[in-house]
Amino acid sequence: MPKPFSLARISIVLPLMLATLSGCDMVVMAPSGDIAVQQRDLIVISTVLMLLIIVPVICLTLFFAWRYRQSNKAATYDPEWHHSTGLEVIIWSAPLAIIIALGAITWVSTHKLDPYRPLDRIDAARPVSGEVKPITVEVVALDWKWLFFYPDYGIATVNEMAAPVDVPINFKLTASSVMNSFYVPALAGMIYTMPGMETKLHAVINKAGDYEGFSSNYSGDGFSHMRFKFHGLDQAGFDQWVAQVKQNGTALNRDAYLKLEKPSVKEPVRYYASVDDGLYEAVLNMCVREGQMCMKDMMHIDMMGGAGVESQENRAKLQHDNRHADQASGEGGTAATFPDTGNPSHSEEPAEGVEEPATMNHDGHQM
Amino acid sequence: MFGNTSLTHFLFGRLSWEAIPYHEPILVVTFAVVALGGLALLALITKYRLWGYLWHEWFTSVDHKKIGIMYIILAIIMLLRGFSDAVMMRIQQAIAFNGSEGYLPPHHYDQVFTAHGVIMIFFVAMPFVTGFMNYVVPLQIGARDVSFPFLNNFSFWMTTAGAIIIMMSLFVGEFARTGWLAYPPLSGAAYSPGVGVDYYIWGLQVAGVGTTLSGINLIATIVKMRAPGMTFMKMPVFTWTSLCTNILIVATFPILTATLALLSLDRYVGTNFFTNDLGGNPMMYINLIWIWGHPEVYILVLPAFGIFSEVVATFCGKRLFGYASMVYATCVIMILSYLVWLHHFFTMGSGASVNAFFGITTMIISIPTGAKMFNWLFTMYRGRIRYDVPMLWTVGFMVTFVIGGMTGVMLAIPPADFVLHNSLFLIAHFHNVIIGGVLFGLLAGVNYWFPKAFGYRLDPFWGKLSFWFWQIGFFVAFMPLYVLGLMGVTRRVSQFEDPSLQIWFIIAAVGAFLIALGILAFIVQLVVSFLRRDELRDTTGDPWDGRTLEWSTSSPPPDYNFAFTPVVHDHDSWYDMKSRGYERPLTGFRPIHMPKNTGTGIILAGISTVLAFALIWYIWWLAALSFIAIVAVSIGHTFNYHRDFFIPADTVVATEEARTKTLAERT
Repeated sequence: MPKPFSLARISIVLPLMLATLSGCDMVVMAPSGDIAVQQRDLIVISTVLMLLIIVPVICLTLFFAWRYRQSNKAATYDPEWHHSTGLEVIIWSAPLAIIIALGAITWVSTHKLDPYRPLDRIDAARPVSGEVKPITVEVVALDWKWLFFYPDYGIATVNEMAAPVDVPINFKLTASSVMNSFYVPALAGMIYTMPGMETKLHAVINKAGDYEGFSSNYSGDGFSHMRFKFHGLDQAGFDQWVAQVKQNGTALNRDAYLKLEKPSVKEPVRYYASVDDGLYEAVLNMCVREGQMCMKDMMHIDMMGGAGVESQENRAKLQHDNRHADQASGEGGTAATFPDTGNPSHSEEPAEGVEEPATMNHDGHQM
Repeated sequence: MFGNTSLTHFLFGRLSWEAIPYHEPILVVTFAVVALGGLALLALITKYRLWGYLWHEWFTSVDHKKIGIMYIILAIIMLLRGFSDAVMMRIQQAIAFNGSEGYLPPHHYDQVFTAHGVIMIFFVAMPFVTGFMNYVVPLQIGARDVSFPFLNNFSFWMTTAGAIIIMMSLFVGEFARTGWLAYPPLSGAAYSPGVGVDYYIWGLQVAGVGTTLSGINLIATIVKMRAPGMTFMKMPVFTWTSLCTNILIVATFPILTATLALLSLDRYVGTNFFTNDLGGNPMMYINLIWIWGHPEVYILVLPAFGIFSEVVATFCGKRLFGYASMVYATCVIMILSYLVWLHHFFTMGSGASVNAFFGITTMIISIPTGAKMFNWLFTMYRGRIRYDVPMLWTVGFMVTFVIGGMTGVMLAIPPADFVLHNSLFLIAHFHNVIIGGVLFGLLAGVNYWFPKAFGYRLDPFWGKLSFWFWQIGFFVAFMPLYVLGLMGVTRRVSQFEDPSLQIWFIIAAVGAFLIALGILAFIVQLVVSFLRRDELRDTTGDPWDGRTLEWSTSSPPPDYNFAFTPVVHDHDSWYDMKSRGYERPLTGFRPIHMPKNTGTGIILAGISTVLAFALIWYIWWLAALSFIAIVAVSIGHTFNYHRDFFIPADTVVATEEARTKTLAERT
């Protein structure tokens, strides 16, 4: 069987390889931000390095498979040959050599492209100069939309963000309820967003254009539509965009945030011309709601050696996950299926706008 | 207060008619098919009066061979379920474009991908691998059974109980919508309040008991029960990989059990291990689950490597090249597999040095793996290769797996992982190694050891057809996913906006269809072989000119495996015996001491299923009752003093004489 074997494989793999190389909107292989470009280069370098060993292995496999087939009596048959120190040295050291090279590249590139590390270059040719002031964007992953704060401009947006070309962007990221991952493939690699915690990302966009951004960590019902547009704009265009947000936007205060934070799907783009002071900090510390204690205050108490019995009083003020529970308790008729733990038999009804077959009729309304 | 409501509540917990998804057409049809099929099966068993046979010869059997076969049957049944999930996903992703929502709403789609992952790993790959280890290891080391035969039966039924619990969620309630590792906070009580995650937890906890105990059992068997003369460095490679796999199982499954126990405490009694509140930390769960999860990958792939090693030596008619380096490579992989878990979440914000450390340890694993690949390659060199079906799978594996290995090393470079993580590139990678590595190995193993287990070979035509459909189907189904990953498409998305992606999903769906034909051809192969069993009969016990001890006994082997315990002088012991003119002993048979069947395993597993069901639905009285029943039955079993018996010498003589006769008829 060896012959059709290799032919079949070539006929399948080759077109795919060609398609891969010719590029069909392969944003990961043709990105527009310097960080993503360097990450792409790493993919290419590592692939080439590994092909040095993979290609000979595949060729040798197919060659031996054909050469030493049973019907080929011309080939040498040596049933007792099973050891060769020289060959053993080679088969251990060849992969070792490749891995030493790749390991060195990994160590250096991981430090250089650490998302927490501020940028030192705009692109391969231009270092970051002292005059360019980086722009800060604070990102909150909500169920299931993205909220962007621009503290330098006092504005905020939902499901749309913009950044000036060739200006370093400092992202600070968190989430409201579950884990998500912030990812704009054209700009830079992804980073997880987690409630009560802040992650960081440093990136720059080098080409103007409209790019796709989305969550790349599954987060529940509305996950598929948790997308946003990322606009790379020249400075004038960006200023104009900021002005437009200020002109068309409403105010984002704590009440508006709490309303926005509730699960929803396919949320339209929203602009906020003003933002309550410290709202992002409050989201990060899970204390937007009135009467909540901020995580950092709790952590401060802990750091000072912790409180005594009286800290029991703080307990209720630190509950965050159950914040939507009280809204459901108003609806009667659930007691039959709700035991004392309060957990219904079915997960909550999907949020407004999430497609459900019309026949669905569950009872557990606990958002 | 004492009305109907609270009584129903007490009796049924949160179980109600609501839980039956009679309003979901897909599930109703599935249920109808399963119910009708099940009834037909039960009717047939009753009609042919097979209940007694099944109970006495199989369900209560402590024979490692029968338990091994039952494990593999369980795996094949669950493969059909897991694969149906895969097909549903492929169809959904191929049509949900241009505003179309497809036919699976997120509520349903999210359960499908979670179930697919859970079933394929825990209830297909795991029982498949365990089945082979059970069947083959005692035969390869010249033993008559495993160290703890009752424990073995119990382990099998606990695994089956786990599978039943997961399957129940299809028709009563719902399954988790969290992804196969159920990351909190999404899997916590606040964000997944239904029974889905509870089905997940208890299904895995019950099956986990079986897996851990079976790991202990097989380690004891390999360490203590080898035939005289079989030192560690003379053990067959499959036994070596089984030993390493079971060490991994015993060291890692308790972590899974503990992690899921903490998650269930969060869900049931309101602790805060992994919540956002009160100092809980979901990142801890993610670390813990992957400290189990990464070694799990090697738990699956090491035995497959072992199968390839046996197959390649047998069908090349040659000793395995570099036996010692194969053994060392296996051990190195076993140890390194504990030092790489963080590569599953480089993007969670660890420092650069931490990420780089775990990236490099991950790459180091490719060195022993590469050495293994070369060892197989140089076993083929100067061999005389017979292309029977197991060897086809092996060559297919060698070519497919290196591609998966390459993409794996790419993902191990943290900055590259930042753009590839959670993308369809990742999906393509791990299917590349799990299908191209584990599954190809298991199917090679089925074709290789089937004649040993049943006394006749599998039909080669349908076997080859199945191989080609799988091989080509795999490339057609997963190469497009590599491309889509590079186009920035992330996993677990059920609806798409960019129409240029659709063609790739359609190609992938065609690939899934080809794989479906491969599975169909495999089933036809089983049926055709059964019908043609007289033509395909193997009377020698050694149809492939094998090299290890399992081929020295008859096919199928007698209950006692070996009338006399073999004495081993070299690895490839059976080849060594054959080349030195081994003569079967014909006289001097003595009674053989054997373990006795017991129904305790299936009874305990049955009660465990009830316990899990009660815990899932908050039926506390039933939970308490079934827990007490488990303890009572376990204690009761310790008073069972009729655990062993002797096969009389006359029976042994009769069996061996029958074999002498068939062997003589051949020549």
